[in-house]
Amino acid sequence: MSEKPRLTYINGRGRMESIRWLLAAAGVEFEEIFLQTREQLLKLGQDGSLMFHQLPLVEIDGMKLVQCRAILSYIAGKYNLYGKDLKERALIDMYVEGISDLMQLILMFPFSPPEAKEKNIATIAEKATERYFPVFEKVLKQHGQDFLVGNRFSWADVQLMEAILAVEEKVPSVLSGFPQLQAFKTKMSNMPTIKKFLQPGSPRKPPPDENYVATVMKIFKLD
Amino acid sequence: MSGKPVLHYVSVRGRMEPVKWLLAAAGVEFEERILKTKDDLQKLRTDGCLLFQQVPMVEIDGMKMVQTRAILNYIAGKYNLYGKDLKERALIDMYVGGTDDLMGFLLSFPFLSAEDKVKQCAFVVQKATSRYFPAYEKVLKDHGQDFLVGNRLSWADIHLLEAILMLEEKKSDALSGFPLLQAFKKRISSIPTIKKFLAPGSKRKPISDDKYVETVRRVLRMYYDVKPN
Repeated sequence: MSEKPRLTYINGRGRMESIRWLLAAAGVEFEEIFLQTREQLLKLGQDGSLMFHQLPLVEIDGMKLVQCRAILSYIAGKYNLYGKDLKERALIDMYVEGISDLMQLILMFPFSPPEAKEKNIATIAEKATERYFPVFEKVLKQHGQDFLVGNRFSWADVQLMEAILAVEEKVPSVLSGFPQLQAFKTKMSNMPTIKKFLQPGSPRKPPPDENYVATVMKIFKLD
Repeated sequence: MSGKPVLHYVSVRGRMEPVKWLLAAAGVEFEERILKTKDDLQKLRTDGCLLFQQVPMVEIDGMKMVQTRAILNYIAGKYNLYGKDLKERALIDMYVGGTDDLMGFLLSFPFLSAEDKVKQCAFVVQKATSRYFPAYEKVLKDHGQDFLVGNRLSWADIHLLEAILMLEEKKSDALSGFPLLQAFKKRISSIPTIKKFLAPGSKRKPISDDKYVETVRRVLRMYYDVKPN
């Protein structure tokens, strides 16, 4: 008897969204707890649930896991989204880490002051179109397969799909000039589990707004 | 036929040092190519050696690996330092994530002003002694074993030792109040491959001093206007 994974975070994307994406893509249902006060976070820390007093927290298979990469790697491994051997895993890790650097800019964006927002969007657009998207365009072109690694759906595909959509929210035309990525995006959108996640009513969270920023500042006291 | 791994980086500890620790602990000899000018970096880029145009880069088993975490994951997996199953790997990943965050606060240290170095030092020591060291002390206390995960040496132990030593360079008694970590430090330091890496003449980098700072800034074109946490 195994229970559903339980995710503890705030009601917003932040550092938990990639985990929601991966579980959803793997067809795994999960529960969510949304913290609303700092006291709730401190209490979790005191209870010993948070190894480093930080979120995200995912309770899965009897473990209280923190640290996004640890959580994502475990899910990827458990649901066969981590390649067939060490070398495929190495490729997936490289791709995911690169995309994660791009996603970091998106993660930080809501917290930048209004006067910096335009410049930050330009930076996101530049990094996406000059450093990251060309790499994956080339990977897909060179092997001509549907998926990034090993001719099989993996964590890398999920992460890239999440990143494409997140960047498009800021820079709508960002995929013009990347025909392989456009085709990739269409294919991923049509995969049943991802299609379901992209529909209204799924656990997918909306883009961050002022409410989200206020909640984060209040609960995490960003330091 | 496989050659030694080749590590491409600049002349500070930075993001490559954990890779050296892990290879050394696994008893794997490696070579280094130190980038000394921005042309060195540019050449790697134009030759198509850097997937995301960045270093660290490690040539290993026919791959040109980038992204420190990917490199470390591969080495840990290859040399059996990544636990025996998915759950042990999850624990190792979680523990390494913590020490990575802690050592991350020191990445920009060489590039801070003297005044900011004092501030950052205090910040890191506070984080270590109030958040990170207590967490690892508890892990060791709860299972009473010599190693963090699975009663056997893993990447998590090596990474934690590296973090402890870096903290002690900033505050020599950083481990006071953590008896199990003190014992852990002695124990892991005396493992033959690690002992060798800690001895003079190894490839371990000393603390970055000022003469490297300008070179690294020039090569990476980064770290110009660094603020403390």
